[in-house]
Amino acid sequence: MIKTVPRYLLNFILLVLLQVFVLNNIQFSGYINPYIYVVFILTLPFETPKWLLLVLAFLMGISIDIFSNTPGMHSSATVFMAFLRPFVLKIIAPRDGYEPETYPQLRYYGGNWFLKYSSILVFAHHLFLFYIEVFRFSDFFATLLRAVLSSSFSIVLILIGQYFFRKDTKRR
Amino acid sequence: MKSLLNFLVRTHFLLLFILIEIFSISLLVNNNSFQRSRMVNISREFSGNYHRKLADLKEYFELRDINQQLVEENTRLLNILESTYKSDEIFFRNVTDTIYNQRYFYTPARVVNNSVNKMHNFITLNKGKEQGIKPDMAVVSNGSVVGVVKGVSENFATVISLLNLDFKISAKVKKNGYFGSLSWDGKDYQKAVLNEIPLHADIQVGDTIITSGFSSIYPEGILIGYIENFEELSGSFYTIYVRLSTDFKRLNYVNVIGNLTQNEIIDLEQEATKNND
Repeated sequence: MIKTVPRYLLNFILLVLLQVFVLNNIQFSGYINPYIYVVFILTLPFETPKWLLLVLAFLMGISIDIFSNTPGMHSSATVFMAFLRPFVLKIIAPRDGYEPETYPQLRYYGGNWFLKYSSILVFAHHLFLFYIEVFRFSDFFATLLRAVLSSSFSIVLILIGQYFFRKDTKRR
Repeated sequence: MKSLLNFLVRTHFLLLFILIEIFSISLLVNNNSFQRSRMVNISREFSGNYHRKLADLKEYFELRDINQQLVEENTRLLNILESTYKSDEIFFRNVTDTIYNQRYFYTPARVVNNSVNKMHNFITLNKGKEQGIKPDMAVVSNGSVVGVVKGVSENFATVISLLNLDFKISAKVKKNGYFGSLSWDGKDYQKAVLNEIPLHADIQVGDTIITSGFSSIYPEGILIGYIENFEELSGSFYTIYVRLSTDFKRLNYVNVIGNLTQNEIIDLEQEATKNND
């Protein structure tokens, strides 16, 4: 357990840098803006205490916020996502539960399971984020469209990333 | 007491969630208005440095475009140079020494961070307090409107982009002077909406929209854009869609306009309203 801490710390820093310096500058047609830093919360171990999940989500969100000049926006959305995580994990659990020594990642539970898992949470996160950004319910469908487009783009990027790292561990 | 503790332990997840969520949202609300500079000021100086490094890097890829813009700008300036015009020295004329009457001054600055895809877009410039930038100065690019300086730190400034739902500017139709207020509707980064132009005003697609000069921020006659289409949505006013002449997606160099008489105007206006009460 203690061994995983430095790895997740590195993960955290890399994801913040990737999000702030690369992905925040991607602006396809004014609609699509992928936010893949949430993958940090997605891949935390199953045994992570629930309170730690929320605290980590807040730290992740606030570090993105500092760089994008939007205090509170990303942190509230990420904390919301972290709050949903245990429920989603329970709902889509495989028949004989989660095995010890495994992580909620593609290489342990397969593409189908991971797609289901990540799309529910990423969509929830994006929906929350885009509505809190607009802060009003007029233009309801324009915001919904932005959330749907951006989250599908984010999910594709996250899946690509998962396949990428799966290969990496096989080689080892 | 014991059962209260039990209750807290059982529901700590939900309680912590609500607590953090309230904290985040209060952060968001408190900092979302024009006066949210306090907390952002610290991070602005910090993140501004990183954004500048990133912008330095990005600049290389845009050199070709920048050169092109500079050439165009040079040609335009050469065309209005005195020496390109026929001399008319045979006539006597009055010379007004305008230096004494200077009202606006321009400071060049570079854009180090920019976005067009949010509802509240902000631009970061690489000049700040030490270079004489103050809040409420106007920002233009190639002679058309970009935004208004919102907050400054030592070496950086944050600008409210025209592409921000909080941004409003007084604008008028160039050919007949009808004025209204222009704002962005959050949909297309190339279009803004001009309201409050009365129905009896004669407007055509393609008419030029410029700043009205009624605020103490923008000088009169700075280009905003051209009428793309218009409709009568309600009451006695047109809703006019304006194609913006600034391309916010490739903003590189901007000019910050300071108004030397701004304080005088504001003082006078405040005095007038005070006397009214």
